[in-house]
Amino acid sequence: MGNKQTIFTDEQFEAYQDCTFFTRKEILRLHGRFHELAPHLVPMDYTNEPDIRLPPTLTVTMPELKENPFRQRIVEVFSEDGQGNLSFNDFVDMFSALCEMAPRELKAIYAFKIYDFNGDNFLCKEDLEKTLNRLTKGELTPEEVSLVCSKAIEEADLDGDSKLSFSDFENMISKAPDFLSTFHIRI
Amino acid sequence: MAYSVSFNLTPVMDPDFGNPGSDDTAQDSICQLLWVSKSSLECGSVSLGTQEMETALEDGSVSPGNQEIETALEDGSVSPGNQEIEMALEDGSVSPGNQEIETALEDGSVSPGNQEMETALKGGSVSPGNQEIETALEDGSVSPGNQEIETALEGGSVSPGNQEMETALEGGSVSPGNQEMETALEDGSVSPGNQEIETALEGGSVSPGNQEMETALEGGSVSPGSQEKEVLTKEDRLDKQVGIVMEQAAEETLQSREESKPLVRNRWSAATLKVLSCMPSRSIGCQSAIEVASKRTICHSQQHRYHLQTPNFSHSTRYSVRRNGIEVAPEDVNEEEDKRQELANNLQNMSSGERVRMLRSMPICLSEKRTLRKLAFSGQSGQSLLSREVPCNRLLNRDLRQCLFASLSLFSSLQLWRVPLKRLGCRFGTGVLSYFLFLRTLLLFNIFLFFINGLFLVLPQAIHPPLPQAIHPPNPVKSQLVLELFISLITGTGFLKYTVMFYGYYSNSTINTSWGGTSEPQVMAYNIPLAYFFSTGIAFFITGIVLIYSVSKSFGRSFPVFKSHGNLAIKLFCFWDFKVSKKTSVRIQSENISTQLKELLSEVNFREEERGRLERLCGMGFYLLAWTICLGSTFCWVLGIYSLTAKMGNTLPNEAHLLVVPGVVSCGNLFLPGLFNLVSWMENYSSPSVCLYVAIFRNLLLKFSILGVLCYHWLGRVAPQNGGVDTSGQHACWEDLVGQELYRFLLMDFIFTVLHTVFGEFLWKLFSQRVLQRRRKPVFDIARNVLELIYGQTLTWLGLLFTPLIPVVQIIRLLVLFHMKRSSLLMNCQASRKPWRSSHMTSVFISLLCFPSYLGVAVFVNYTLWTIKPSSGCGPFRNLPFMFHSGKQWAHELAKGNPNLDWLNWVHSNLVENPLFLFLVAGIFLMVIYVHAQVLDGQRRVMDLLQEQIKNEGKDMKFLITRLQDIHDRQPAPSPALPTGLQQQGSEVRNEHDVCGV
Repeated sequence: MGNKQTIFTDEQFEAYQDCTFFTRKEILRLHGRFHELAPHLVPMDYTNEPDIRLPPTLTVTMPELKENPFRQRIVEVFSEDGQGNLSFNDFVDMFSALCEMAPRELKAIYAFKIYDFNGDNFLCKEDLEKTLNRLTKGELTPEEVSLVCSKAIEEADLDGDSKLSFSDFENMISKAPDFLSTFHIRI
Repeated sequence: MAYSVSFNLTPVMDPDFGNPGSDDTAQDSICQLLWVSKSSLECGSVSLGTQEMETALEDGSVSPGNQEIETALEDGSVSPGNQEIEMALEDGSVSPGNQEIETALEDGSVSPGNQEMETALKGGSVSPGNQEIETALEDGSVSPGNQEIETALEGGSVSPGNQEMETALEGGSVSPGNQEMETALEDGSVSPGNQEIETALEGGSVSPGNQEMETALEGGSVSPGSQEKEVLTKEDRLDKQVGIVMEQAAEETLQSREESKPLVRNRWSAATLKVLSCMPSRSIGCQSAIEVASKRTICHSQQHRYHLQTPNFSHSTRYSVRRNGIEVAPEDVNEEEDKRQELANNLQNMSSGERVRMLRSMPICLSEKRTLRKLAFSGQSGQSLLSREVPCNRLLNRDLRQCLFASLSLFSSLQLWRVPLKRLGCRFGTGVLSYFLFLRTLLLFNIFLFFINGLFLVLPQAIHPPLPQAIHPPNPVKSQLVLELFISLITGTGFLKYTVMFYGYYSNSTINTSWGGTSEPQVMAYNIPLAYFFSTGIAFFITGIVLIYSVSKSFGRSFPVFKSHGNLAIKLFCFWDFKVSKKTSVRIQSENISTQLKELLSEVNFREEERGRLERLCGMGFYLLAWTICLGSTFCWVLGIYSLTAKMGNTLPNEAHLLVVPGVVSCGNLFLPGLFNLVSWMENYSSPSVCLYVAIFRNLLLKFSILGVLCYHWLGRVAPQNGGVDTSGQHACWEDLVGQELYRFLLMDFIFTVLHTVFGEFLWKLFSQRVLQRRRKPVFDIARNVLELIYGQTLTWLGLLFTPLIPVVQIIRLLVLFHMKRSSLLMNCQASRKPWRSSHMTSVFISLLCFPSYLGVAVFVNYTLWTIKPSSGCGPFRNLPFMFHSGKQWAHELAKGNPNLDWLNWVHSNLVENPLFLFLVAGIFLMVIYVHAQVLDGQRRVMDLLQEQIKNEGKDMKFLITRLQDIHDRQPAPSPALPTGLQQQGSEVRNEHDVCGV
């Protein structure tokens, strides 16, 4: 708020602070980053909450996301329309869920959604294969990929439906101590 | 009769169907409904895959059919007729008739208007929302109804009829009509006729033939053909079954209301799920209550994120937040606003901190959160809770954390060779990485040795060089200076002999340093023999302590607490670091993940293949042969070295001759491991780790038997022969001879390693790629390289007593080795074709370093100190019977000079000289190690037991779940022989309960 120009009202700040894990300063910085992405589209003044959505082609160019193999999925998951068009609210929401203060449950929910490529609320083999190919950048042979995926499903699947539901996923996450630190983007 | 209703209604709404909806309230409530059912659906699907139906029934009003309507209505094309239906649905008074209407609506095959719509959709002149529906219809996998059925079927309650259904569903051509069918099928009372119909439907509801059939079914008018009768009867039966299903649903709703735990046939019920969610394994690390909440809420937000197309769609929230913990009570609230209000009220009932936490961790989109917040905090004049409560604390916490992270990263960046090691580990796996880690450990050990020796021994002696007459430096001829220098560097003779490098240079005097000005000079006496004795002793002692400590530590670390089970999935989902944003790091990370996955895979895939008796016998024969070859060649080689050293000892020392023994030994070290590798190739071990251990053992045997022979040669032959004054009147110094020999060995070993790297790896790669036209590169031989390192380190330790500066040579050698091996690896070698995980490789290396290597050296050094007479003409211990006498002498002198220190003499004579004490200490030490090992063993056993117990617990859990399920299944189902008219009754009953419930 130190600027000459008012970006957010106090009320907006409070709302953001209560709903996300960010402080006032960080919200301002986020706004700055959002503005940077498309200076001609995003106004400096956000007091009247303009409904501006940035397409995924713009948002994935952020250095934080640029090299991430799941960048497309991340913006899709956090966009309200599911197409990756992010409003500022979505943008804040995204980094709030990915920040270090976010609780494990919240992170697990969003991680699940990111890995669920086809959006059927299950991590099926195709999802896993897509994930793996993105992770390894095609270093494994297709047989290895398929083997890894079926083994992984075998390991984590509790109810025997040969795909991973959210509870399977959550259960698995609970065994991974470093999930909290890896599913985290600094901004 | 239901069908007739549907038939009557459809024309009414068709004309309006295509219009975009203008009726906001209708839209809202539909959306709400849509949300309710969908979220209920998704709730189920994110839990154990069995909840859907149950939550749907919990709501009381949602039959699968409703969902379809909703999807149809989603795009906003609400006509008044639809509103009516929807209202009816909302009330919970879903009669089969409505379902039919909805089928009619959705199907697009009954009325021509809808067909038009569909063609319009296909034509592409539609809004995105419609497209979604269209695709949903087309592939059939997105519509929630199908999901539900599918999961239901996969839930394990598959009767043969259902399986058929499933195949039908998998075909993707499922229309709501099929759903109805399916519910009938689920019932279990499937007559073959129904199946027929179903297969007919399966073909796809778009094809005209099936349409006819369907319309025939629905309209009740019989189409001409052979199916006439059949269809008639089937229709009747269908009606009945629908009625039954509805009634069952109603009953179940009733039950659920009464027990407040809804019940589902053939699925895991809520009670089961509740039990499940309370299971210890479920609540690891987080409160199960919140888990339950988040399970529910995920559907909510997914709903928003995935399915909503209309931007002005207002979201609904349905939490019921109770005082402690959160529980979701899905209720049929008519207005979305109401729900939100309710949730807000619940939030208001919480403490403010709790409220903010709850709000933050809701996985719903931010705008929704903000509206919710507005409602929840309206009573408190919109004040931010944060600003009142925790700002300072939280900020401080965060700053602290950031500081911690920064310092941690700084600390880790200080580690030696962090980045290259990371890269190597990523590309070549943990086996190769452990070699380099070991190399780094050795380097640190040597730096420590150098530090101790350099500071306390070399530095004082270098500052105060011994009296010139004590040593006899030769006068080098100027023209041959370079050659001399080279020779002396290679052999350790010449001028190098007369430097601080070797034992002979050190004096047996006391250095007196005075400082503090002229008025009152303070004199400090520095006894070189003592310094020599103690610095070596302390260096060895501390090295030993560190070694033993790290051995126990590394064994503890490699202790398999979590077996590889569950690692693959974790690697897959939790290993990627989202923070990484640098391109190279991203590449390294993906390389790392693929290598690790390959290693894990090899572990998973490794299985002992069954072999026949003959083959096993053959294999045993091969093993026997291989071991005979290895042991025989080792023995011959050692014998050869023995006789060679004996022969060389008698000849006159000449520069060329000096290099023979080290050269021959290093040569053997170069070629015999090659032979071993050849042999192990013949043996063809199936497990790479067994192969490695065997190779390590053979190399170890070779190297240490050679070292044993050499030690015998030095202490048994060289020392007694060169102790006194030799024939030419010069003082012979056997310590120098041994030190030089060790120096040469170290150097030769290094040279041969370089040669091996250049010829064995680089040229071989060129040869095999250019000449043999093979794509394969040589594989890095871990066993051999590690054993070379251990061998070198043993030489260094052996030489420490005679060559105080030998750690410097070793440090240089290790540094060069690291860079050479690294570049050679990156350039010439490829990752092993059989990747494997060396979870405790490092600990094996360390323990090898500790047990044969360090222990052997300790014996050697102690033997030298205690029993061998030092040469009389050189070194700090000249004129002493044994080296340890220097300490004794010093204690005596101290006691003489200062009677108060008499106890020191006593301590020395009783503790250091008395072997009993040493035995006692060693015994205690061994006992501690033994107890430690036993404790470890016990822990391992307990861990095995616990793991077994966990497995059994899992079995118990499964058993309990199935039992619970059985109990639910056994609860009385309504008799199947209900008249057709009862369906109405059933829905009425249901309606009643719904009203009660709400």
